[in-house]
Amino acid sequence: MTEVIDTATAMGRPIRRKEDARLLHGQTNWTDNIQLPGTLHMAILRSPMAHARITNLDVSGALKMPNVVAAFGAAELGELNGSVPCVWPVTDDIVMPAFPALAVDKVRHVGDCIAVVLATDAVHAADALEAIQVDYEPLPAVVSMESAISEGSAFVHDDKGTNTCYVYNLGGGYDEAAAKADVIVKRRFINQRLIPAFMEPRCVVAAPMGMSDEITIWTSTQIPHVLRVLLALVTGIPENNLRVVAPDVGGGFGGKLQCYREEILVTQLARKLGRPVKWTETRSEDMVATHHGRDQIQDIEIAATSEGKMLGLKVTLLANMGAYLQIITPGVPLLGMFMYPGIYKMDAYDFKCTGVFTNTTPTDAYRGAGRPESTYAIERIVDELAAELGMEPMELRKKNWIKHEEFPFTTVAGLTYDTGNYEAATARALELFDYDGLRAEQAERRASGDPVQLGIGISTFTEMCGLAPSRTLGALKYVAGGWEHCTIRLLPTGKVELVTGTSPHGQGHETAWSQIASSILGVPVEDIEVIHSDTGRSPYGMDTYGSRSLAVGGQAIKKAADRLVEKARVIAAHQLECSVEDIEFVNGSFRVKGDPEKAQPLGAVAFEAFTGHNLPPGVEPTLSAEATVDPEDFSYPHGTHLAAMEVDTETGKVKLRKYVCVDDVGVQVNPMIVEGQVHGGLAQGIAQALYEGVIYDEDGNLKTASLADYLLPSAMDLPSFITDTTVTPSTTHPLGTKGVGEAGAIASTPAIMNGIVDALRPLGVNDVTMPAAPMTVWRAIQAAKAGGAA
Amino acid sequence: MHISVSVDGTLYEADVEPRTLLVHWLREGIGKVGTVVGCDTSNCGACTVLLDGRSVKSCSVLAVQADGSSVTTIQGLSDGNEWHPVQTAFKECHGLQCGYCTPGMVMSTVDLLSENPNPTEAEIREGLEGNLCRCTGYHNIVKSVAYAAELMGGSTK
Repeated sequence: MTEVIDTATAMGRPIRRKEDARLLHGQTNWTDNIQLPGTLHMAILRSPMAHARITNLDVSGALKMPNVVAAFGAAELGELNGSVPCVWPVTDDIVMPAFPALAVDKVRHVGDCIAVVLATDAVHAADALEAIQVDYEPLPAVVSMESAISEGSAFVHDDKGTNTCYVYNLGGGYDEAAAKADVIVKRRFINQRLIPAFMEPRCVVAAPMGMSDEITIWTSTQIPHVLRVLLALVTGIPENNLRVVAPDVGGGFGGKLQCYREEILVTQLARKLGRPVKWTETRSEDMVATHHGRDQIQDIEIAATSEGKMLGLKVTLLANMGAYLQIITPGVPLLGMFMYPGIYKMDAYDFKCTGVFTNTTPTDAYRGAGRPESTYAIERIVDELAAELGMEPMELRKKNWIKHEEFPFTTVAGLTYDTGNYEAATARALELFDYDGLRAEQAERRASGDPVQLGIGISTFTEMCGLAPSRTLGALKYVAGGWEHCTIRLLPTGKVELVTGTSPHGQGHETAWSQIASSILGVPVEDIEVIHSDTGRSPYGMDTYGSRSLAVGGQAIKKAADRLVEKARVIAAHQLECSVEDIEFVNGSFRVKGDPEKAQPLGAVAFEAFTGHNLPPGVEPTLSAEATVDPEDFSYPHGTHLAAMEVDTETGKVKLRKYVCVDDVGVQVNPMIVEGQVHGGLAQGIAQALYEGVIYDEDGNLKTASLADYLLPSAMDLPSFITDTTVTPSTTHPLGTKGVGEAGAIASTPAIMNGIVDALRPLGVNDVTMPAAPMTVWRAIQAAKAGGAA
Repeated sequence: MHISVSVDGTLYEADVEPRTLLVHWLREGIGKVGTVVGCDTSNCGACTVLLDGRSVKSCSVLAVQADGSSVTTIQGLSDGNEWHPVQTAFKECHGLQCGYCTPGMVMSTVDLLSENPNPTEAEIREGLEGNLCRCTGYHNIVKSVAYAAELMGGSTK
């Protein structure tokens, strides 16, 4: 075992980020900053219709426009028109339609790609789109999921003869459990469609490099490694001739976890034309062409005894795939499938999900990917059950949650939660929130008939993160693994290169990974360079999504660092002329046990390994170590989130007055970064509850197609948050860490909505649809007055 | 059309198409790629620069409108080794994650504090309403602005 040094330990400290200097001085390398000589700029003609047959497409007009070098429709592109891949065929009989990068004969959603123009500058490329002739024969647009699967609906994919993509079942036994129940509560929740809306629009540059057969692709992606494999498979370009680089990437939230048609087109056209090709999306393109998230209709049923013991849960989902399947579109609801029972003990669980095609933008992962949907459903229905039983909602939770002494606990969904302490997190949250005080104020406002009512929203959540044990992914028919890689090289000057397979886009890996390595190697954080996001420099990796980077990548860092120390120990022992067993490693230095004066710093060992002048027999020059780690299990962060909601019962206006959360993400590498991740997640989860929601009209036109129409919250729309943590180390992770990237987004949405419903429950309201805009809330109040509640 | 604009202390003479937006000229005309584009509806504020000392969204100004003016971008706020107090405060308070909104956020903050050196939290939130961030939930951005005010000799109320 490697000793973890105790002085200058970097782990657990809120070290300010290495990344910030360049980001704060504008010395960044966004993909759109890349300007290669001879670049052709690509502009895309997109479908203005949700569903139509293309009866005529003529790109020749564009070729007569100034500065235009080439133009392609599907016919002109021919075999280079690759199909966007889906790597998660969730069932044996899943319907998997073709998804050509440029639409062939038919368009299936507003924003579908029809043709491209390449010009010497972006402005002339965009101008030339006007000169392309297209004739459309409009077809009936299939917009809502329920109409899509009803008799007589038009088909999104005629050749498939159905709009059902798949049906997935898990569990069983709910009916028997329900038969024993005193109370059964049923609700239909709409988990509305959202847009990731990362701040940096997508951009791709592909260039044949000239010195070899290599094509380099710079792209604003979360997954350079996965993308390289997929682009090789889609384009037929040998994988060893592809280098994928994700330069500075401005946010992703799952939206850049993709192999996009634009990435395929730019790669193919650079190859065909033999010169650099670049495409940068406009925000309006992003809204229709970047995959969307969520979009489920959830029929939830919970059965319990009159004392409040939960017996069973039944979940029936319609999940909107959109018009095509992208990288993990069908699998997203299954990432939530295991988490509907949440933190609660019960006897039975039935799950059924139907994936549905519609003439809308494809859906895929968005921060939390399946788990926000499941957490919303369970935490909302638990509040409804409490109301039905006349129980205090926190008391109902306490009665049913897994107690800390019961871990490890295998849930009714079949997952084994290794550890947790819901009692501790809840106790701390109640204290910070002044729960009793706010309940008292609520009672006063109710008694006085205050037009502004106060509601308290609770969300006691857990999630599974750290994707993922490869064997589990295989069992779920996901075609790739879930491991992560790290190589650590000690350079002759004592500096360290840490090569990771994770691919950060705001998470601060350069800082946090240095902290982990520093704490093991005893090398200062600033002497460690983290190399990432470039398949040329970091050949192995599975990238960043699903709160996996620390939970999985962190394990690889630890293992590689431990191995490096063991290799160096052998050299140090040789130099110190003693046996390996007599060497201890303290604060970055190898010392002879009992004689600390005889010591060899790690840097000196590195130089020795470089010169090779005096190495022990059988030891090769250079000093590096690598590790590829497949996680033993998922990790299960949890927490208690509380929201105080003021609701004006006369106008429907909602105000988030106070938000408290206590999360348990296990051991923290950098608490400052952890807190920042929680804040950002909260903002996105709260925004789902209060502000954001995609709207399509009945013809499939996206009505929320710009940031003027889709309400991303500003600083005015959110409060400051009160956050804290408890620390229950993960027992399946060698560092005791869990994951934090998605926690806030998963937990906060039901807290907000439970608070709004709690405020209005005396008025007879028992659900409010999201986003809870004033008009929606006001209508819920009016419907309840008219006796229309569920 | 011919324009003459001082950007980060250097005088540039250029011919631009009348329709060219200031942000595109900054990025593509003179390589000031520290200033970025985040939307096409003037909602996000990522492209905010100072035009004659006041913050503007450079996507809503034509390059020709900047003729004869002085522009300061994130790249001219301080030289490479020195840090403007607003930059220091954003680092110290973890007011950025991916960093894409940061150039605009920092430039808006500089303007906000020049107008109101002692802003309350509510005034900070209102002052930054035109700048969107998707990473931080604004919590630490608000703290950064308050701390910047402190560093610059003001004190937040």
